[in-house]
Amino acid sequence: MIRLEKVSKSYPTSTRPALDGIDVDIEKGEFVFLVGSSGSGKSTFLRLLLKEEIPTAGRVHVAGKDLARLSHWKVPALRRSIGCVFQDFRLLPNKTVHQNVAFALEVIGKPQSAIDKVVPEVLELVGLDGKEQRMPDELSGGEQQRVAVARAFVNRPMILIADEPTGNLDPSTSVGIMKLLDRINRTGTTVVMATHDAAIVDSMRRRVVELSMGKVIRDQTRGVYGYGA
Amino acid sequence: MRAQFILSEIGIGLRRNLTMTIAVVLTVMISLALMGAGLLTRTQVNVMKGYWYDKVEVTIYLCGTNSSSANCAGKDVTQQQRDQLNKDLHAMPQVQTVYYESKADAYARFKKQFQDSPDLVNNVSPDALPESFRVKLKDPQQFPVVASAFQDRPGVDSVQDLKKLLDPIFKVLNAFQRVALVVAGIQLLAAILLISNTIRVSAFSRRRETGIMRLVGASNLYIQLPFLLEGALAGLIGGVLASGLVAVGKWGLIDQQLRPLVKFTNFIGWNDVFAVIPLLVLGGVVLSSAASFVTLRRHLRV
Repeated sequence: MIRLEKVSKSYPTSTRPALDGIDVDIEKGEFVFLVGSSGSGKSTFLRLLLKEEIPTAGRVHVAGKDLARLSHWKVPALRRSIGCVFQDFRLLPNKTVHQNVAFALEVIGKPQSAIDKVVPEVLELVGLDGKEQRMPDELSGGEQQRVAVARAFVNRPMILIADEPTGNLDPSTSVGIMKLLDRINRTGTTVVMATHDAAIVDSMRRRVVELSMGKVIRDQTRGVYGYGA
Repeated sequence: MRAQFILSEIGIGLRRNLTMTIAVVLTVMISLALMGAGLLTRTQVNVMKGYWYDKVEVTIYLCGTNSSSANCAGKDVTQQQRDQLNKDLHAMPQVQTVYYESKADAYARFKKQFQDSPDLVNNVSPDALPESFRVKLKDPQQFPVVASAFQDRPGVDSVQDLKKLLDPIFKVLNAFQRVALVVAGIQLLAAILLISNTIRVSAFSRRRETGIMRLVGASNLYIQLPFLLEGALAGLIGGVLASGLVAVGKWGLIDQQLRPLVKFTNFIGWNDVFAVIPLLVLGGVVLSSAASFVTLRRHLRV
């Protein structure tokens, strides 16, 4: 589903490459934690998958497509097959919960009838049924992140990317979000999650890829956050 | 493509930037109105040139019952005089071509030229206009030679140089046209910069929305179209207002002020104005869409 071959990425403003010749292979339906300290290359890794960045060297394959060969106008189609969740939720403050999720479908040209059908379904899936007409600032952090997950998943993407989705949440709320991501993973969706949250990684016991200074220093199938880190 | 979504986005964009949008509309309006004025000035020059201006240098009016010249003594030119003049004109080495215009020809041209002023045409009887020889010279500078040779000949009312009569007016009109077009060009530049700035501010104030649109895989067209149409709509309104301004100018300046004052020539009519209006509206739309498009390429990363 995702394959990085000898991928390096250097930014012109930095002397050290953000990623330094990494090889990572992620199968369809896997749940992968991407761990490592700040600046280890986690965000660059995720941005490469969306073709928000182009690698300096190496190849990135996502959903069977070589991103280097993916023409400019096909990038939107790639992004439709990838859902994204971020630490800061990125909701539109002037739209209701329902409108926020519907927005993701409206802007890719889905017909209103389809939107009316799938938005309530996905809101029920994330446990927000009954709060469709609330505004984001009327919700708790955990609920806002559920809206963001609903928006990322409403188009049933093959891959879900989560960049520190629990970074702004307290531990018990985080557990709820992780249960949700786990449930989404069980539908066959590949989940790649960058995180600093040791407790979550340790409790989930999923594959862990650890990055340090732009290199993969550990890749375990049922890993923990770190050795005494 | 969901029209309703696009339309609501345009509405939000225009309202959010209302003062900037007004500035864009006004600048586009002024620049296009000046452009229109410049174009219509050229039409006016062509209207004034009439049928003969570019064809001949010398006009020899022949005597008629209405002639005031002493040379005619109130008598019509005779057939013999007419034939003699024609023969002598053809014999002159300076002359290239001689056209004869009868009273009927002159009336027909007059009716055509002043078709927008039926009052004027109705006041002129078909035989009121003088017959004439219209003479094209090999060298336009030779006008005095021909003029002095025919000035006092029997049957000649007067010898006129159309260019001498009209050129001072054309000088003024051409100068006005140049000034109008230069100012229009400067305004156009200001309009382009303003549009570019407006779209930039608009893109910035909606960066959260466009960021999410990019993320969920909205196509470039879907992301950019609201901004493009926002610019195009402002340009369209500017173009329509400019057309209104040109029409009001034509009515107020030409129909109300100049037409009653200046009798010897014709003025541009509404058909000339209507020919310019589509250019102005189209110009407004194309200009602002292009400015928006270029700005978007630079400031809305997709």
